This record gives sequence, structure tokens and C-alpha cells, in this order.
Amino acid sequence: MSDNESSHPKNRYSFAGKLRPLAGIGVALGLVVAGYAWAGGFLAPGHLSQTLIVDTFQDINGVHPGFRRNHAKGVCMTGWFDSNGNGSRLSRAQIFQPGRFPVYGRFALAGGMPMATDTPASIRSLAVNFSTPNGEDWRIGTLDLPVFPFQDPQAFAAQLRTTLPDPATGKPDQARIDAFFAGNPASAKAIGIIKSRPFSSGFANASYNGLNAFLAIDDKNVATPVRWSLVAADPFEAETTPPNDPNYLFDTLIARVQEAPVEWRLVLTVGEPEDATDDATIPWPAERTRIDTGTLTVNAIEPEAPGNCRDINFDPLVLPDGIEASDDPLLSARSATYSVSFTRRAGEHKNPSEIELGTTRPAKGP
Amino acid sequence: MPETFPLLWRLLHWLMAAMILAMLAIGISMVASLSNYHALVNVHRPLGILILVLVAIRLLIRIFSKSPPLPRHMPRHLRFAAHASHWILYGLLFALPLVGWAMLSAAGYPIVLYGPLHLPAILPHSDQLYALLRPLHTALAFALFAVFLAHFGAALAHRFIFRDGVFESMAIGSRRKDR
Ligand code: HEM
Ligand code: HEM
Repeated sequence: MSDNESSHPKNRYSFAGKLRPLAGIGVALGLVVAGYAWAGGFLAPGHLSQTLIVDTFQDINGVHPGFRRNHAKGVCMTGWFDSNGNGSRLSRAQIFQPGRFPVYGRFALAGGMPMATDTPASIRSLAVNFSTPNGEDWRIGTLDLPVFPFQDPQAFAAQLRTTLPDPATGKPDQARIDAFFAGNPASAKAIGIIKSRPFSSGFANASYNGLNAFLAIDDKNVATPVRWSLVAADPFEAETTPPNDPNYLFDTLIARVQEAPVEWRLVLTVGEPEDATDDATIPWPAERTRIDTGTLTVNAIEPEAPGNCRDINFDPLVLPDGIEASDDPLLSARSATYSVSFTRRAGEHKNPSEIELGTTRPAKGP
Repeated sequence: MPETFPLLWRLLHWLMAAMILAMLAIGISMVASLSNYHALVNVHRPLGILILVLVAIRLLIRIFSKSPPLPRHMPRHLRFAAHASHWILYGLLFALPLVGWAMLSAAGYPIVLYGPLHLPAILPHSDQLYALLRPLHTALAFALFAVFLAHFGAALAHRFIFRDGVFESMAIGSRRKDR
């Protein structure tokens, strides 16, 4: 291409005979597309992603439109948190200033079956949203387990896949399950810890743990590793033979809240430098400092309905200023996965929850 | 008539270009990454809102100042493509961050920018609205990517095929030679 040929300005706009620059531009655009395809993981279709984990939940449980892909069976709650100010020693978050703050949340069973039958060994969860006047929200997800059975999302997903039914027998293959635990001693150890103590008999007398470590950030930007727990005020009572009611855990909770508000202490366990922040399978030593930051009171239970806890994503990384994620690999993975589950269920036609008992009358208010 | 865009305007163009390309890359990679999701989405929100602010400033400059005219001999259909793609770009650069903000509002999330700094909700909490807006955010982002590719291809064509000084009018460090 010499400048003479295109000497008349009008001829410049012809592509005739300009194959080489055109090809060059094509290659440049192709490289850009390839770069983005790589960034988006399109070039590694099988890689473990949030989409794949949620697909696996669906493969195991089927699709139950409108329901969470895990912790599918649940009820909503409302109440308040009375902060005593002790938490402000470690965190500048407004929730730890003395005062009363509104709370909503959700009690649920772990597992992706919205109509699952309650059993004494059902893993129970309590998710809570704390709101403060400065417009911030803090969301926590807690389980009635002492440790989490998996170190990272890879282990979680690998274990999840072992629960898929074997096409030959229609049942999960015990050999695969055993192989998983043989290859993941941290998970085997955590299961041992979990099985070493009895579950409580209900939702109200269970204590719940956040399990993942977080960082509490104070006024001077000093970060302290913490794990939080909701410690039941109701006395612990070990599981017994359950009544003949597939929803007995929920029905007992509803009756209990109707009687009087139910309380939990929000306790921060302070990690020492030698305590793992990136491994939720390992308990922190029992002698660690525990800070009682105040009382969570639940005074009403209502079924999942439009606009209440049903339509909330209890993303564990919705945090106020003054609390940050630790280096625990489960945290980012949970945030990512809950987002996919939330997006899928938001767009689906909603079916009524198994726990459909009409709004219980709130117990005596504040 | 100015031959090139004013320096500040050119700087703004390239700054925003870098930000938008980064946003597209951050967006597409965070929805497929378990380990980087949190770090990326924390950058995605404030950077997206910054783009919204900058595009508003840019639109004002564009309306109230004279940009260098397209070359006299540029054919009609190319002029039309140039103008149309620019307005589509502006439209998308407003719509994408607004939809991002709106969808988080509808989902009932706090819209955290940095530390205690957060934005108010611009829509009521509604799973139905979220279910509409979340896929719309993806569709608009892919549309933005397509229009960017066309824009980038056209810029290269101006530089290496048409050689009409249009590329140089926005470039930094080269003078527009002829028109
Ligand atoms: C990589 C590991 C994990 C994965 C993939 C996972 C997955 C999920 C999913 C898909 C949901 C449903 C989210 C929604 O649609 O809103 C969920 C809910 C929940 N998860 Fe996890 N989870 C993991 C680890 C944990 C851990 C470590 C905890 C506890 C500390 C936990 C506690 C909860 C709770 C409490 C809920 C229910 C929240 C509610 O009632 O809305 N999860 N999980
Ligand atoms: C120029 C501005 C923006 C661009 C180019 C952009 C681009 C993208 C892209 C490409 C995705 C991935 C879509 C997918 O594959 O599904 C995405 C997702 C997302 N964007 Fe944006 N975005 C912008 C602004 C914003 C803003 C201002 C916000 C919020 C304040 C926001 C919040 C989000 C969220 C929350 C997700 C999805 C996360 C998830 O589903 O887990 N975006 N964005």
C-alpha cells in the first residue's frame, strides 16, 4: 500500500487490496476475544466453579423451583440484638457499639431437599442479618457443628459428588465415600469431632458456630482473627427419639417462640497467632479468650414469603466496616456459590414451603 | 476547527478505556472464579460506579464542547456507523452501572463501595426485579463487549487502512497529519 494509490482522499475508504492490514486487524480482535474467553474460564470448561457446584447440588437433589440449592427447608425469623459494647474492643463496626439493633434471619436444615424429614441428626443452621443505623448490614451463617468438615471448596465439591447415586445401584457408592475420606484426612478428623458429641434436641437449645475465621478491625486498623458463635440461653438437652412429625424440629421451635422470646449470646472467640484462620476443620483451643458481645433475641417466626428472608442471600461476605474476610478459602467460594443459588431461585416460580403454619404471634415485644 | 481532541479529553478517553476493559475482564472472570470472586466483586462495584460518574462528566463535555469533525471525505455509511456506535457506547456505559446498582438494590444487598462508604438502594427489594435485572446486566455487558470490538476494529482501520487522522485525533503522543 503506497500513499500514491490512496492519494485521492475518497479512495482511502476502500478496502480493496488491503488484505494484509485487514487480516492484522482480524487477528488483533481475535486475540482480544481469546483473552476474555480465557479470563471467563471458557477455555477450561470443566474447572470447579460456582456454577458447577450449584449444578452438583441440583444433580443430587433435583431442582425444586424457588428454593435454596442448599439449606432448602427453613423458616424466617425476626428479632433484635442488644449489643453490650464489649465487641468494640476488637471491631469498630457499629453493631458492637452499645444499643439495640433490628435483626431478621432464617432457621434451616442443611441439605437441598425442601421437604426433607426432620431427624435428630439433621444439621441445623441459623442465618442472621444485623442492621445498623449507619445503613450497614452484617450477615452471618452459622451451623450447629463444632467444625466444618471440609477445608476448601475442592474438598466440599469432591465429597458432594460422592453422594451422587451410582447409576448401577441407584445409591451412593460407599467405596467412593471411603476413598474420599481416606484421601482427605482433615475431613475424616473433623467428622470425628462432630460425631464425638450429641446434637441438641431442637433449634432453640442448639448453639451455632460461624466456623470460618474472620478479621475484626478496630479504630486503629488493628486486625484480630475471630470466630463467632451464637450460644443458646435455653439449657442444652440431648437428642432423644423424635416424635412422629416430619417437621418436629420446626414445630417445636415455633411453639417455643410463641411461649417466649428465645435468646442466644453472640460470642467472639479470639484467635492467637498460632490458630489456623484458613482451615475451618480445626477447632481453636478451648482456652481461647471469648468475648460476650450481647444478646440475640428471636421473638417471631414466619413462613418464607415474598420480601422476607426467602428473598435474601445470606452471603457470609456481606460485612460491615470493621469486619473482614480472613484467608479461609471457603469464604470467597461460599459468597460466589450462594450468589448463583440466589440468582437461580429468584427467577423461579415459588412453591410454598413445607413450613407453612401462618405467622406465629410474636411473643412479648421489646 | 481543532484537529485533535483536547489533551484532557484524550486522557479521559484512555483512562476510561482501561477501566472499562478491566471491568469487562473482572466481571467475566469473577462469575467463574471461586477463589477470586470476593476480591474481584469488591473492586467491580466501586470501579463500575466510578465509570458512571466519569461517563456523565464525559457526556457533558461532549455536549458542550466541539469535537474535531470527521474527515470530509469519509463516506456516509461510515460516518453513520461512527456516530451510532458512539451513542450506543454512551448508552451502555450509563445503563450497565445503573443496572448493576439497581439489581443489587432489588436483591436487598447493601451496596458497599469502600469501607463504610455505601450507596442507597434505588429500587425496592424484589426478587422478581432482581431476576430481570441480573441477566440484563450480563446481556448489556456482552453488548458492550461487542460494541467495543467494533470500536477497536474501526480505530485500527482508521490508523492502518484509511489513514485519515481519526485515530491520531484521540491518540496521545502523535499529531494528526492530514484530513
Ligand atoms: C464451600 C463450602 C460451602 C458451599 C459450597 C455451601 C453452599 C451453600 C448454598 C448453595 C447455600 C444456599 C444459598 C442460598 O441460595 O441462599 C448455602 C446455605 C447456607 N450455608 Fe453453606 N456452603 C458451604 C459452606 C458453609 C459453611 C462453612 C457454613 C457455616 C458456617 C455454611 C452455612 C450456611 C448456612 C447457614 C446457609 C443457609 C442460609 C439461609 O438460611 O439462607 N455453609 N450453602
Ligand atoms: C461499566 C460498568 C460495568 C461493567 C462493564 C460490568 C460488567 C460485568 C460483567 C461482564 C459481569 C459478568 C456477567 C456474567 O457473566 O454473568 C458483571 C457481573 C456483575 N456486576 Fe457488573 N459491570 C459494571 C458495573 C457494575 C456496577 C456499578 C455494579 C454494582 C454496583 C455491578 C455489579 C455486578 C455484580 C454484583 C455482578 C454479578 C455477581 C454475581 O452474579 O455473583 N456491576 N458485571
